[in-house]
Amino acid sequence: MDLNVLWYLLLGVLLGGYAVLDGFDFGVGMLSPLAQDDRERRIVLNSIGPIWDGNEVWLVTFGGAMFAAFPEVYATVFSGYYAAFMLVLFALILRAVSLEFRGKMTSHLWRRFWDWGFFASSLLASLLFGVAVGSLLVGIPLDPQGIFAGGFFDVVLPAAHPFFPLMVGLLTTAMFVMHGAIYLYLKTEGDLQQRVKGWMWHGFGTFLVLYILTTILALATVPRALANFQHFPWAWAVVVLSVLAIGNIPRTIFAGKTGQAFLSSALVIFCLVALVGIALFPNLVTSSQADGHSLTIYNAASSAKTLGIMALIAALGMPFVLAYTGVIYWTFRGKVQLGDHSY
Amino acid sequence: MDVVFLSRLQFALTIMFHYIFPPLTIGLSLVIVYLLALRLKTGQAIYDSAARFWTKIFGINFAVGVATGIVMEFQFGTNWAVYSRYVGDVFGSALAAEGIFAFFLESGFLAVLLFGWDRVSAKFHFFAACMVSLGSIFSSVWITVANSWQQTPAGFVLRQHQVGERTFLRAEITDFWALVFNPSSVHRLVHVWFGAFILGAFFVMSIAAWYLLKGRHVDFARRSFTGALVLGTVFSLAQLVSGHLQAENVAEHQPAKLAAFEGLYESETGAGLYLWGWPDDAAQTVRFGVRVPGMLSWLATGDASATVRGMNELEADYGKPPVWISFQSYHLMIAIGGLFIVATLLALFLRWRGTLFDKRWLLWFFVFAVLPAFVANQVGWAAAEVGRQPWIVYPTVGADGQVTGGLLTADAVSEVVTSGQVLSSILMFGLLYLLLFVLWVMVLNHKIQHGPETPHRPGEGDFMDAARRRAGFGGTLSGEKDGAGSAANA
Repeated sequence: MDLNVLWYLLLGVLLGGYAVLDGFDFGVGMLSPLAQDDRERRIVLNSIGPIWDGNEVWLVTFGGAMFAAFPEVYATVFSGYYAAFMLVLFALILRAVSLEFRGKMTSHLWRRFWDWGFFASSLLASLLFGVAVGSLLVGIPLDPQGIFAGGFFDVVLPAAHPFFPLMVGLLTTAMFVMHGAIYLYLKTEGDLQQRVKGWMWHGFGTFLVLYILTTILALATVPRALANFQHFPWAWAVVVLSVLAIGNIPRTIFAGKTGQAFLSSALVIFCLVALVGIALFPNLVTSSQADGHSLTIYNAASSAKTLGIMALIAALGMPFVLAYTGVIYWTFRGKVQLGDHSY
Repeated sequence: MDVVFLSRLQFALTIMFHYIFPPLTIGLSLVIVYLLALRLKTGQAIYDSAARFWTKIFGINFAVGVATGIVMEFQFGTNWAVYSRYVGDVFGSALAAEGIFAFFLESGFLAVLLFGWDRVSAKFHFFAACMVSLGSIFSSVWITVANSWQQTPAGFVLRQHQVGERTFLRAEITDFWALVFNPSSVHRLVHVWFGAFILGAFFVMSIAAWYLLKGRHVDFARRSFTGALVLGTVFSLAQLVSGHLQAENVAEHQPAKLAAFEGLYESETGAGLYLWGWPDDAAQTVRFGVRVPGMLSWLATGDASATVRGMNELEADYGKPPVWISFQSYHLMIAIGGLFIVATLLALFLRWRGTLFDKRWLLWFFVFAVLPAFVANQVGWAAAEVGRQPWIVYPTVGADGQVTGGLLTADAVSEVVTSGQVLSSILMFGLLYLLLFVLWVMVLNHKIQHGPETPHRPGEGDFMDAARRRAGFGGTLSGEKDGAGSAANA
């Protein structure tokens, strides 16, 4: 395995980690309007209070690693998806300040405003991330120079596959809602928890329907989705694993083992990220133009020297990151308790 | 309007707004570490309540810093794609190191610092504060290294790279440590840190001075003010030395920038240093200027009669930076630095005499002095960045006068982004940041009006609290060791 493949895998791990961790943050955000009074809303908010910020660092590190390992992709995708990325940034800023500012004043209007901001930003970000993944799967217009030659709607509603990116966007949104509801069930108690149980089932049902529809659409219209499975027969194991994990969610919820349900939904998210990675390989950005040039893990990469230095940095740093991420999740385990220092 | 101008405007807007927060959090994190160390050591309740107060303030600043910082990371790709392709190979490892070593550390332990008061032991809480502080300092290391590489590139080679039918030059790393310790990184980093410590000190002094003037939380305010004053004095003086080393470094590696700082159009022997002035670019002169003779030559070379090259001589190799902005931002930074040295030394002298807290005019000065502290941090960077123009990555000029490398700012913007797109994102950020700024000030003011909680021991009834409030007494009733229970409990 060369360094280019290694960094492709590491980017996948960073993206998968981000989707699993910030996924439930977004889900919690999208579910927050269902909380009935101020106390419940605070419990929902504080379920992710201490950790959402650390979860977002996975995205920041993903971006930094993308810049470092595959600068061509970083430059082409970020400038090409300009309007979409500005909306993502808007959503991420709005979410951060909604979380932080809501509890700082007691006025009713103030709190309602930030409640709305928390919900809308979580929804917008989930949808946009999903749309971005969908559009990468169907390919974007890249000219013979490897430079983006399209506009906002070539990303969101590409002519050849008008529904696919939006479909993936909806699937991602439903998946995060389900994931967030399971997380919230683990962090709440009493009456609120009983209602969260209903949200979990609705989230799972919606996810399942969208998952089946998206899979059919992908198999029918996106040839790229299965092309690599001939080269990598082991990839079928990921498919089987994801199906088993999906099946395990209702089983464990029903059996009252919600902790296992959470691990299953995390595994589902990770498997789906892996399947996208397998489908794209060795391209990072596929050109949808006949004469266009795709950006691959070779022509878009930094020099072998840089990839080597970064591999060393990652090998030195990641054990620490995982260790104190573990310590911090352990510190804030258990049900949400509101105190002087809560949001 | 063209894309280059708008993209520069957007970068200036987003970076300047973002940079309100990082130096403040770096400075405040040190204050919190210091207070929590004292809490552990003495067990006094006043350090507990002081640490809780500053941690709340820290949390607000940090959140806005994170929210606006995420824009910075993605903006290189959105608006400066050509630049990203050029620097990715060298610049990227610094950014990756920043994410892995600094941001995870900072945000992870921030959770424990902000929310862990009742969940972890006082020792672990102190450890978390140290890690947050270390993380914020680490994150300043890597981004400053990356910026310094743009100013004084080292440890790289230019190679052709091919993507599809496009071939272009890009910088590739040859020596990681030469890149990290490029000629300007250490000086710049020290200067950035001292700037952050000074800002942290002036921020604390501002709030403490206001409490003193209003007669509120007097014990808390006196201790905070004195601690911050010592910090502020030491680093204001140290910044003078650091600034001098920085200027020497600029003289050696970026002579055109130094010439712009000083409005030096023609090369001059025994060049003087302006205290103030008004550069007139059309007439190639500085109007209304007051100059210390020979001082610039001495600062740049150590010899008061040496020759300093002017912009007209340097233009062929280095291009010409915008003079007025470079000159004024550089001089404003120095003027504020000088003011801070005088003010902190005077205040320290009065504190030693025991009369500082009676000098209301001086306390009022410190209430507002935090604003010039913010300004100095901003204009210092403005001078560094505008003085680097017209380059986004500076070229290297060899001893033989051969110019190699370098990327012009005008060539660095994204190929496919239009001015309409940039204009709309500027409007979006402009409105969003305006809203954020207003809310930040509101929330900050709310916290400051509320003030620190009165220190208390757990188990004391309402009666004791009421009695203490009546007596207008901020500390604990029975002396030194009284807060031990409270600290251990927290």
